[in-house]
Amino acid sequence: MTALRLTDLSVSYGTTRVVRGVSLEVAAGASVALVGESGSGKSTVLKAITGLAPDWTGEIEVLGKPRGHRPDRAVARECQMVFQDPYGSLHPRRTVDAVLTEALAIHGMTDDGHVAETLAQVGLDARFRFRYPHQLSGGQRQRVAIARALILRPKVLLLDEPTSALDVSVQAEILNLLKTLRAEYGLTYLLVTHDLPVVGFLCERLAVMRGGEIVEIAPTKALRDGSFTHPYSRHLYAESSSDIGGAP
Amino acid sequence: MTLLSVENLTVTFPTARGMVRVVDGVSFELGRERLGIVGESGSGKSMTGRAILRLIRPPGRVTGRITFRSEDLAALPERRMREIRGAGISMVMQDPRFSLNPVMRVGDQIAEALRTHEKLDRGALRARVRDMLDAVRIDDPDRVAGLYPHEVSGGMGQRIMIAMMLIPKPALLIADEPTSALDVSVQGEVLRLMDDLVRERGMGLILISHDLPLVARYCDRILVMHGGQVLEACAARDLHAATHPYTKGLLASVPRMDDTRDVLPVLDRSAWGGT
Repeated sequence: MTALRLTDLSVSYGTTRVVRGVSLEVAAGASVALVGESGSGKSTVLKAITGLAPDWTGEIEVLGKPRGHRPDRAVARECQMVFQDPYGSLHPRRTVDAVLTEALAIHGMTDDGHVAETLAQVGLDARFRFRYPHQLSGGQRQRVAIARALILRPKVLLLDEPTSALDVSVQAEILNLLKTLRAEYGLTYLLVTHDLPVVGFLCERLAVMRGGEIVEIAPTKALRDGSFTHPYSRHLYAESSSDIGGAP
Repeated sequence: MTLLSVENLTVTFPTARGMVRVVDGVSFELGRERLGIVGESGSGKSMTGRAILRLIRPPGRVTGRITFRSEDLAALPERRMREIRGAGISMVMQDPRFSLNPVMRVGDQIAEALRTHEKLDRGALRARVRDMLDAVRIDDPDRVAGLYPHEVSGGMGQRIMIAMMLIPKPALLIADEPTSALDVSVQGEVLRLMDDLVRERGMGLILISHDLPLVARYCDRILVMHGGQVLEACAARDLHAATHPYTKGLLASVPRMDDTRDVLPVLDRSAWGGT
């Protein structure tokens, strides 16, 4: 089954068309990355899927059902997004508990132990439940943001640069967490990033975007042997290769 | 020949919980070479760079000895220090959008950096600015000189910063995360440019970054900082053979392009005395 199917998707902000004719399929349980530079439209694709960029044409199908242009509670429940900056995406005057229970309330659910369970899943101790974001470190905040997305038990997670605001050692923790969660709950990931090594660790396929279009879709294997065909993907690959100690 | 020597540098800030040492007894020497300082947020790497230029304002306190071309920087009057900033040591900051003056044309900003240190007439000034923009590989220097910072891209903004910092011909360039605000595909370009200019002019470079692979590629020597202290110093080509558990942990936790590991090793912070 396909978890996400985008057919000829174009997204505009006002008169500017940011994404042009993007088609992409993500199978259920798969993990696919959208890579590209700032302004390539990769985050906008995620925003269109969640409903944050409503001015789009083409088709968006989430778990077999086409998505409309209006806010759609059923889609929101199955398909959640984790944002880039945990310093910006959490309300500064809401406790972790309030952030998580609000997501439940919107969908007419009551706590029933969900909050405690989800906090445990993302590796946060129960004592963090009544803290405010400023009392948490960057890594802990991103765990809260992931918990907020997970608490509705979605099948699809849209990850927008989930680790680029974090230190390398913290990035490793969050990447491990995302990998374990996916294996445990059979989640589907669509990950946006500019960091190719992260793709190598977390995904099986990647779509390279430039100027609002997908220029190449390649398996992650291409990151190991460099077998990209489009010149732009090759350029991106060459710029990101990181040898430690062996560099001239 | 030693260009800069730093001995037992300490920077402290008062907080509600007492004095905090953000830089704690850092010492190193620098010749005309490329030195990388790596560490995570809060390791004190940027504060070390700022302390060298005496940019730390009260209530922050700096102690230790910083000698630049046999002058003790701590003892210099502010007036002499201002001559050294730019013409002796200059600094490229992280994000060109915040460090360029938004209401001044690019060419005028670069010219101002030069005029502070040299008396030149208008024609000579313009020629030098054009040459410098040329040197940072800007194709149409006359057009770009007339633009405002918001009209240029991030990569070009950073090249303008580099032009501005190099035009008074400093002997030492401190680059604090010069490419973290830029896209991957432009990062390499900016770093190679900086590298070429630094080598051509025989300058010293201190590259401050959180990105280990990047520092390893563009530097000769590396200092690894954590908690305000230098944990390890090694040649860049020997980084893979680093011995300190923190450096090793940090290296291992970076995902690699050809990663086949199922789990990334996570730093055990208790191993070297906690954070």
